[in-house]
Amino acid sequence: MMSGAGLIDLFVHFASLSLLAIGGALAVSPEMNRYLVDERGWLSTPQFNDAIAIAQAAPGPNILFVTLLGWQVDGLAGALAATVGQLLPSSLVTLMCWRWKSAREDAPLVAAIRLGLSPIAIGLTASAGWVIASGASGTDPALWAMTAVAALVVWRTRVNLLWLIGAGALLGALGIVG
Amino acid sequence: MSDSSAAPVAGAPHERPRPASLTELFLVFSALALRGFGGVLPWAQRVLVDDRGWLSREEFVEMLAFGQMLPGPNVCNVALMVGDRWFGWRGALAALGGMLAAPCVVVLSLAVLYGQFADDPVVRRALMGMGAVAGGMILGTALRLATTQRGRAPWLAFGALAFVAVALMRIELAWVVLALGPVAVLAAWGTNRRRGGGAA
Repeated sequence: MMSGAGLIDLFVHFASLSLLAIGGALAVSPEMNRYLVDERGWLSTPQFNDAIAIAQAAPGPNILFVTLLGWQVDGLAGALAATVGQLLPSSLVTLMCWRWKSAREDAPLVAAIRLGLSPIAIGLTASAGWVIASGASGTDPALWAMTAVAALVVWRTRVNLLWLIGAGALLGALGIVG
Repeated sequence: MSDSSAAPVAGAPHERPRPASLTELFLVFSALALRGFGGVLPWAQRVLVDDRGWLSREEFVEMLAFGQMLPGPNVCNVALMVGDRWFGWRGALAALGGMLAAPCVVVLSLAVLYGQFADDPVVRRALMGMGAVAGGMILGTALRLATTQRGRAPWLAFGALAFVAVALMRIELAWVVLALGPVAVLAAWGTNRRRGGGAA
């Protein structure tokens, strides 16, 4: 069990990183590493890296690596302090901006935001897919072929996506690709 | 009025299906998050737009664009906006809670098992195969969303620039957002003014 002061410190530190996490909490993970491993010594580097690996392999948003970090520091209390700290400030800002926008659908600035930012959102989504695919597929043509098939299926059909993920896991496990 | 996105965003909410209750909102987000191996976004698009019809594709892109420009995880930000739209802050809380609660239990359980299986070659290869597919699913989602941009081909240049900067040059996302976002919004503002009064 950690002291209340330690928990508050954890909460405040993650809250202070919240508004810097544009594009997600992984953007500020180097600073989390510095704080948890080097400055406080609450976690080891392998523990830190495992948390990110597990959250990426598991279903659900990747932000849960923050929950896992907090859990490793101090169980349930640590998990809550880290998760709420990381999400609260950014969620409040998001809701405020969204309501501001929704109240002014016809304002020129809102129309410009809609027109200008939508294509960037699509480009960034494609980037996220590309980065994940190249991390997993490396230079293996068979894995890249699976990436391409998955992209095509999602783009063009409404096939249940769980089949795709299952096929990927199976072909990988059997050593047919990779 | 040449932009095709205008109509669905303006008139849609009351004509579309909507979540009946906070509980439904919570459960739908739980279910889509629990299926989100390697990324929740493809599932969010599939469930909220294609299956439930709560959002048009255009509305989804718009929420995603907002979610990406603002701090916080994209899909969590989208959950907040979807929930807030019908049920205010309680809806935002229900949607975000649904997104996090059940997957949280799964992640903590996996953490217990992880030590035993992390170095197993079969598990490693399976994860690699899943990663290759998950990346492709997100790419496919981007292509699907790109169909909302029909008739505004020049604007896709901003998307292409973002892709080159983040995916190929590996520039930190925040810098790309801060550099490209304001330029794109200003350009859009100028275009709308020339067309006469922000019709988009």
